[in-house]
Order: sequence, then C-alpha cells, then structure tokens
Amino acid sequence: MRLPDSLVKLRQKFFGDTVRTFGWMSLVLVVLLAIAPTKDYFADWHRYQRGYERLISKRSDAVTLRRHFEPGIQQIWLPELGVVDRCTTCHSALKEATLMDITAQPYRHHPDVPHKVEEFGCSMCHRGQGAATSVEEAHKSTLAWEEPILPAKYLESSCGQCHQQDLKGTPQLNLGRKMLAQYGCVHCHTIKRLDGTPLAATDDPPPLLHIADKTTREWIYAWLKDPQAYSSTATMPNFKLKDEEARDISTFLIASSTPASLKIMPASLDQSKKVKDDAALQTKAASLYGESFCASCHAVQNAAGNLVGGNLGPELTKVGSKVKPVWLQAWVRNPHDYDPATGMPHYRFSDREVGLLSGFLMGKTDSDLLANVHLDPATPEQIEHGKRLVNEYGCASCHVINGIKRPETFAPELTKIGSKPVNQLAFAPDVPHTLYDFIEAKIRQPRAFGPSLKMPQYNFTTAQVNGLVNALLSHSERALTMPATKTVPAPAVSHYEPAGKAGQLIKDLNCFSCHTMNGRGGDMAPDLTWEGSSVQRDWLVQFFRNPNTLRPALIRRMPKFNLTDAEIDTLTDYIMTVYQSPKIDRDSMPLAGYAPGQVELGKQLYYSKYGCQACHIIDTKQDKGYIGPTLTHVGSRLTAAWVYNWLKDPQALRPGTQEPKRNLSDDEARALTGFLMSQKGRETQEAKKR
Amino acid sequence: MKRTARIPILLAAAVSVSCSRQPKTFVLVPKPTAYGAAIVESSGGKQTAEVGTPLGQPVVVQVNDEQGNAVASALVIMRGPNGVAFDPAAGLSDSSGQFTTIVSLGTIPSRYQLTASITTKTGKAAELKIEEIALGYQEMVGSQLNDLHCARCHNQESTPERVSNYDNLEVKPHPFTEGDTLNKMSEADLTAIISHGGPALNKSPLMPPYGYTLSKSEIRALVAYIRIVSDPPYGAPGIVYAQK
Repeated sequence: MRLPDSLVKLRQKFFGDTVRTFGWMSLVLVVLLAIAPTKDYFADWHRYQRGYERLISKRSDAVTLRRHFEPGIQQIWLPELGVVDRCTTCHSALKEATLMDITAQPYRHHPDVPHKVEEFGCSMCHRGQGAATSVEEAHKSTLAWEEPILPAKYLESSCGQCHQQDLKGTPQLNLGRKMLAQYGCVHCHTIKRLDGTPLAATDDPPPLLHIADKTTREWIYAWLKDPQAYSSTATMPNFKLKDEEARDISTFLIASSTPASLKIMPASLDQSKKVKDDAALQTKAASLYGESFCASCHAVQNAAGNLVGGNLGPELTKVGSKVKPVWLQAWVRNPHDYDPATGMPHYRFSDREVGLLSGFLMGKTDSDLLANVHLDPATPEQIEHGKRLVNEYGCASCHVINGIKRPETFAPELTKIGSKPVNQLAFAPDVPHTLYDFIEAKIRQPRAFGPSLKMPQYNFTTAQVNGLVNALLSHSERALTMPATKTVPAPAVSHYEPAGKAGQLIKDLNCFSCHTMNGRGGDMAPDLTWEGSSVQRDWLVQFFRNPNTLRPALIRRMPKFNLTDAEIDTLTDYIMTVYQSPKIDRDSMPLAGYAPGQVELGKQLYYSKYGCQACHIIDTKQDKGYIGPTLTHVGSRLTAAWVYNWLKDPQALRPGTQEPKRNLSDDEARALTGFLMSQKGRETQEAKKR
Repeated sequence: MKRTARIPILLAAAVSVSCSRQPKTFVLVPKPTAYGAAIVESSGGKQTAEVGTPLGQPVVVQVNDEQGNAVASALVIMRGPNGVAFDPAAGLSDSSGQFTTIVSLGTIPSRYQLTASITTKTGKAAELKIEEIALGYQEMVGSQLNDLHCARCHNQESTPERVSNYDNLEVKPHPFTEGDTLNKMSEADLTAIISHGGPALNKSPLMPPYGYTLSKSEIRALVAYIRIVSDPPYGAPGIVYAQK
C-alpha cells in the first residue's frame, strides 16, 4: 500500500528518510510506553513512601525502621468485614512507637487503641475509601464514592457500630446515646439496635389527660411559644408555633381535658394561702423543702442565676406561675392520684406539711411570664383547628391526650441513618455536602431545611450536638451487616418488678427513681440488689425512720418518707429476704465477739498498713477522710460476712465502685472485719447500757 | 535584578499561593472603636478536651487600659496552631471589656498554645498566651479513670459534685499538674506506685494500690494522662541507643 503523496511529503519534511522516520516513531513509542511507569513514579503514594524513607534515614533507629518498612502498595483485606484498605501504603509509621514525635501526616504514629489494624483495617473506624491510592480519593468523595473520612470529633461513632454498651473511651457517644433516649428523639423516630429491639425513651413526658386541673390555658400558650422561657432546662423543644397555632392548641388541650380525682383538703389549702404573707411560716416551709431533699431532684435558680439542685424532676423556679394551688396540694400529697406513672415518690406528708410546701412553691412566680398573654374566649373553630394541629405536629408521640391516637411512625426511621447515601439527602443552603454535616445541621437548625418541616428546634450545646451526631452515625448499614462475633450487645434491659405488698410500696415510693435493683432503676443512690446481705435489720429499720447520710461530703440525701411502722416492717422484711447475694452467707461470720488480739491487729492494718483513714472516718477526732462512708457505726450497720467479702473484692459486689481491691489475705481480711465490726457507735452502746 | 525579570517570579508566587492545597482563610474583622493597653485571661485556660472537640468552657479574655480598667469595643484576635478553630476567631470586647470564644483543639494529643492579641493605641501589639490540652484516646481514658479514682485526693479543687479530700490527708498527695516532681518519675515508677500503692516506692500507705482494680492498659492510660497534664510539660526521654 502506498501512502498518498501529501503524507509522504509531510513525512519527508519532518523526519527525512524512512530509517529516520522509523527511529522517531520508535522514540515516540518508548515515550508512550514510559507514561504508565512515570505516572506511577509520581503517584501520591510513591512520593509519600520516598518521603518516609528520607524521614527515617536521619533517625537513630533508621535500621530498625527501614526493616519494618515495606515499599509498594500495601493492603489489608478482611473479607469477613468487607474491608479492603490500602491506607498503610502512605501511612507507613502507624505502628512505629519511636516516631511519636512526628506530627506531620501521613507519617503519624497511631495512638494506642484496643484494636489492631490487621484485624479491623482503617476504614472500619475512619471511613473514607480504603481501596484508593491517591490522597484526594481516599479522604474525600470526589467520584461516585460516598464516604468521606470522618473528622476526629465523630470517630467515636465507629466504636458504636459494634459496641452497643457504653465504653470508657467514648464519652461523646455515650452522651449522644443517652440523649437519644432522654430528649424524646425516639418518641418520634424509630431507631433499632442490632438485635432488632427499638431504643426506648427514658424521659417521662407528662400525660395531658387532666391538664386543665393542673394549669391554665394562658400558661400552656406561653409554654408552647417558648418552653425554655419558663425553664432553661426544659427538654420540650420549641415548635416555632405561630400565635394562633399556640392559641388553638392550648384551647384544644384545655377543652379535651377530663377532671382527675384529686383529693382536696381545705386545711392544706388554707395553710398554703397563709404561707405567702407569713415570714415565720415561710422559713418553716423552706426548711421543710430542704429536709425533704426536694433539691436532690428539682433545681431552683438562685439569686446569682445559677441552677441549684438535681435534674430528675422539672425545675421549680417559676412553678407558682404554672400550676393551680388545688392541683399542687393534691400533687404534693400523692402524685400518683394525678399521674400513676410519675417518678415522684409519695411522701407521707401531713395536711399541714402539704400546705406549707405547696404555699412555699406557689410563691415561686415570675410576673413577666404571663404578663402579655391575653387569649380570647375559646370557640369551637379554635378547638377543631387545635385538634388538627395536635395531630399534625405529632404531640401524641410523646404525650397522652384525650381523643388523639399515638401516631405509629411519625418521623423517618433512623436505624440506618449512619450510612444514608448523600444523594438521598436534601441539603439546606450553606450546608457542606457530607452526611455528618447534614445530621449536624438538621439537629441545630431543623427548620432551615424547609419551613413546612415539623421537627422542632432544640437548644443543644456544641458538645451535645457532637454527641448526638456520633450516636446517629453509629447506626449504619455496616453495623447491621457485621458478623455477630464482632459485636458486643448492650446490657439487657431489665423489667424487674418487685412482688407483693412490698412491691406496691416500692412503686408508691418510686425507689427506682434513684436506686437500682436487679438491673432496673436510677444511679443517683446506691444499688440495692444485695442490700439484704449487706446491712443489719435493726439498722435498716432505723434508717427508714430517720435516714442519716453515711457520706458527709454528699449533697444528695435519702429523703424521709414518714413511713408507718407497719410499712417499714414490710419493706425491711422484703429487703432482708429478697435482696440477698448468693455469694454471701450472712450467718457465716458473727456480728460481735472477735478476739481482742484480732481487733488490735485489724486496727493496725486499718491505720498503718492499708491507710484506710485516707477515705474513711472511724475516730471522729483524728480521722478526716470523707470519700467513703463514715465507719463510726459500721459494726451495727453492716453484716460481718458482707464486710469480709467487700474487703476481699469490692468490685465483685458492686461493679464500678471507687474502693480499690487490695488483695488481702484471708487472715488480714478477718482481722479487719473484726476491727470494723467492733465499731458499734456511741449511741448504740449507750442505748445498750440503758 | 531587572524590573521585567520580577514579573514572572511575582506571577509564580501568586499562582502558587492561589493554588496551594490549604486555602487561606481570611477572617472578617469588625472595626474597633477603642484600643486597650493590655490583655489578660479571665477564664478558660488550662482546660482539657478530647482531640477535635470543643473545650467545655469558653475562653474569656479581658482588654484593659493602662490603669487596669476594662476597655469595651477593642478588637481581639485569636490565633492558634494548625487545626485549632475559634468561634469567633476575632471580635470586639463587650461592655465589661471581655471577649468570649469557643475553642476546638486540633487532632494531635498535646498542648496547644493559643494567642490572643490586641493592638494598642500606639499601634503595637499586646499578646496573651493561653495553654489548652487536647487528649488523645489513651489520655482521655486516663482522664476518666482520674475522675473516678484519683481526683478526689490528687485534685485540691472542690466542686459541689466532688468535694476534695486533699486537705484531710496527713501526707499530701502530688497534684498531677505538679510536673517538677512527677516528671522526674519514670514510667516504671508511676506504674509501680499506681499498681502497688505508696509503699512500693517507700511512700505513704494512704495511696492505695490499684493493680487489682485497674487493668494494665488502664494504668498505661492513666500514666499517659498524668504526663500530658503535667506542668511544666513532660519531655519523653526518647530511645537511647548505644554509640557506635
């Protein structure tokens, strides 16, 4: 075949004769062939590996480091977990502890974490594109790949994919998970754990069945408009309602309310009215409020504007502007009359005490709160509109309301939110296009995503938002497909119910609000699961009559419930028989009668060898430590078998307790037990003499 | 150098700046209406936080004049090492002369020195150095163990929730910030005294042993925490190799 003349001329013009053309063409071919290796040579990973070799060559342990270093593309392949990670290609120094001082990436040493990179890979925790070998592709999502690398503040979410329980190393995740249950997120959004059980809410939104007995339409209006204006710690979010929406919802709630069976005691009401203008009564009421340890659960703002008190119950700073006096005296008398499911205990207050307390609380008002609330008389249209709004905003997801059915799936399910593809998300303007930025923005400013969205506005701090994002990111597709051997289940939820008469008393006093028994209950007060093995019956009876604190440095105390002797007997009998540890034989050691030599040895061990006085007080004149409970009466409080077993291994009896295990020999533990059991306390000894 | 020769250099510099990997962020600063003479810390220094997360309390600095009175509407600019974020990074002092900012530390567990600066009337800069500590995974686990087991005695400060036991002890424990003493102790010494109690190093038995309560990795985490909060900072001895 002959080339056209024009091409031949062109060839001759550029290359001359055929041989030269051949030479040039060969050269072009060589250059073309060289493109691939050259590209490879200038690839990111190659550059970083050369950089690493330069970096280690100057160090004193260069020989060792070079021996550890493997050039070329590295890969961690874990088919079981779906991990193909080439990150170690550039991150060469992950395991080099001697390179601790290098802070420039990609040569940083990986901090000491409980998992090995060979077993879990990198993208399991950090996300990103494990298979990529260029910086851009590995860390961002530029192509069709979806997962950008997680910022440091969201790393804990990855622990939560497998670990369903709380971990020491993941405070943010623990906080976020707690908040999902505590702030009512799971009332509207279903979030399922790996085993398919939905996360349960731990908050207790009040039922609104008898709301008209409790408060006024005006207060409901003000509350709906801005719950945090009433109480800065209110967990109810702001639904950003228009004036007429708040008006109509409050009208409907009052109209739908049915009367509760409240016990009205005129004596208490009269007393309550007197408190306002009587300084002496006010002082009495304030001290009754203090003695009843209301502040263990309820906070009140002090003059400096700081909240003082616990957060189990609602803040009481402005309670007088909220509730009706008749309702309050009935509530203080027995809260179960109004709300059988409340966590507030039934104190057995006298009529006078009820009057004093309710009068004291009615005095806590804020005149500004309802100053500008003027509502027209209710109309049937308002009620009808209010009912529609209550359904639209899903109020019944949290609150029980007459005539409204609880919506089953009100908001989107979030079980797989942690791996939701970015292309399925509708971003608000100015929100970076990543999943974690989307979730963060949605929690911070839900209404920025569209005015018709119903998600309310919360007032979270940055730390709280970070916690929530961590908790939500942990609910990923990857977590759901994880092999069961790699996951750690959450501790089982206990539905323990104490039985019989004592069970009813425990429910009435709401012991579970503060104490845990058999895995159910709060953490404000000691776990009572083994209380029957631990304490002596006489002490327990005395304690119910007059609960003195055992820990001088503690603000929160057990309140006095004014129980009758019969009630105390029922409770004590139940605790002594049922709350028994199988590990402890209460009768294996005597309560008294230890040899003086043994007691003396115990005393020496206590003060000299083990320095127990650092934390405990036995001799009130010289001992000062107050981390652990005061031991002046320990011999008449605890059983010897419990003391002995506790000394041997405190964590075995109460996991997570502060007292360290000492590895005592049996003899030492017995001597210390003898010494402690001889501490009967002065009052008891005097009582015996009499 | 000829004037024409400079143009390509300037061009190259401009191109390299505009194309560099890390985009420079420019902070829009408000116009100050007053100038202070000195800047002092009000609160928020020496805090610890997990890497990449905001500090628990905001950093508050105060602008004063020569007499030590607060100056309002003076411009305060915050700067920090790579990875530190301020919200806001600059602003005017309020009516009580204070400027408040929320600080998120970087991703390397270490100390971060932040600088708060103002411009005085004469145009000079006055600076204030504030130190914050970012905790890595180990240090954070250590800090939680410290809260549970150590802080009641080793921290002199009391809070309503946690009353210090320091004053009640006959032999005073060393606060973990006491670098002058603790930096002299080796890892082995610290591990020994935590595991086996004070008597392990001939010290007071009031310090109980934690070796039966904490795991080895927990004790390592605690040592890492003690090292990172110590003041003056702890310098690791590094690896010493035999000379050739």
